[in-house]
Amino acid sequence: MAFINLENDLPGIRGPMQYSPETGQALNELAEILLHDDNNTLSRGDREMIGAYVSSQNDCFYCQNVHGALAQHYFECDMQLIDDIKKDYQSASISPKLKALLSIAGSVQKSGKQVTTEQIEQAKNLGATDKEIHDTVLIAAAFCMFNRYVDGLNTWAPQDRQVYVERAPMRAKEGYANIDLNK
Amino acid sequence: MPHINVDETLPGIRSLMAFSPDTAEPMGKLANLLLRTNEGLSMAEREMIAAHVSYLNDCFYCQQSHGAIAVCYLNGNEALVEQVKKDYKQADISDKMKALLSIAGSVQKGGKHVTEVQIEEAKESGATDKDIHDTVLIAAMFCMFNRYVDGLAANTPTDLSTYPLRAKQIAEKGYGNYIFSTPQPASIINK
Repeated sequence: MAFINLENDLPGIRGPMQYSPETGQALNELAEILLHDDNNTLSRGDREMIGAYVSSQNDCFYCQNVHGALAQHYFECDMQLIDDIKKDYQSASISPKLKALLSIAGSVQKSGKQVTTEQIEQAKNLGATDKEIHDTVLIAAAFCMFNRYVDGLNTWAPQDRQVYVERAPMRAKEGYANIDLNK
Repeated sequence: MPHINVDETLPGIRSLMAFSPDTAEPMGKLANLLLRTNEGLSMAEREMIAAHVSYLNDCFYCQQSHGAIAVCYLNGNEALVEQVKKDYKQADISDKMKALLSIAGSVQKGGKHVTEVQIEEAKESGATDKDIHDTVLIAAMFCMFNRYVDGLAANTPTDLSTYPLRAKQIAEKGYGNYIFSTPQPASIINK
């Protein structure tokens, strides 16, 4: 049960977003630009995968399942690949560039200062632009916020992972900016 | 040197926000909603939570910036802010603030570090649900800001005399895109 009375029984981040709609709106506007906006050279799948990976490193069940299911939806793969990436992205069948970006995201998850010049060089050598590196760092940082908001208030999460897979197409279609929290 | 090509005349997060104004917009909005209100927690208390979390994350730019803003709201009480950053348990602040700083410190480690006991202590010392909500989200937000600044190795002024000038700007006008799109506050005695 959540640590505070959220005055609703919505799961995960939707609970506190409904409780505090103004901050919820700002959080969703940020998510929209980082994860859903098509004015970006990183695919939606890659960006959701970075979010899912950081959430798994932060051990946030709700976020890693929401965003893992979205990555799966965009990649048109099965959940096994998403789980493989979360567990050991270096051995997974993804591009070397995405591996380099996940490596940066993994450092950001620990602390901003963990990111090394070598990691940045590696990503740039594999074709990552400044904007893509910027977005990777900010997506990873944003999930360090979202994950803490969700777990720091002890919100509840559906345990059946299929629930998340079934909801992903709707979120992919509607995006985050004008989210209907009750849907 | 920053990891990406940003305007190096702008300090810290301001250079990153100028690089990416689209994401700066909701971040500025979030900062205003959480830091620029006296509802429940005062603006000084909110900035102290921010400075403490930034100190724990070892983010020099953010802890100096938000420490200096808290000092503005506290009529220059620099010693109190330093004490809160480094060892709030000994600081001359309310039991409620101590309980909330304890929660913020747990959020800094990870959301799951927050315990029922910490929440109970905060409630017993007078914290409302909204105070607890805001504390958790302020702490979480600074876990983002701190990583954004240091993860991209943004320029960090080492000259501490520059922080109060920017702090005064925020204390008077709040957060928003003007902080990177208009000239930076400069010292009058600048040579």
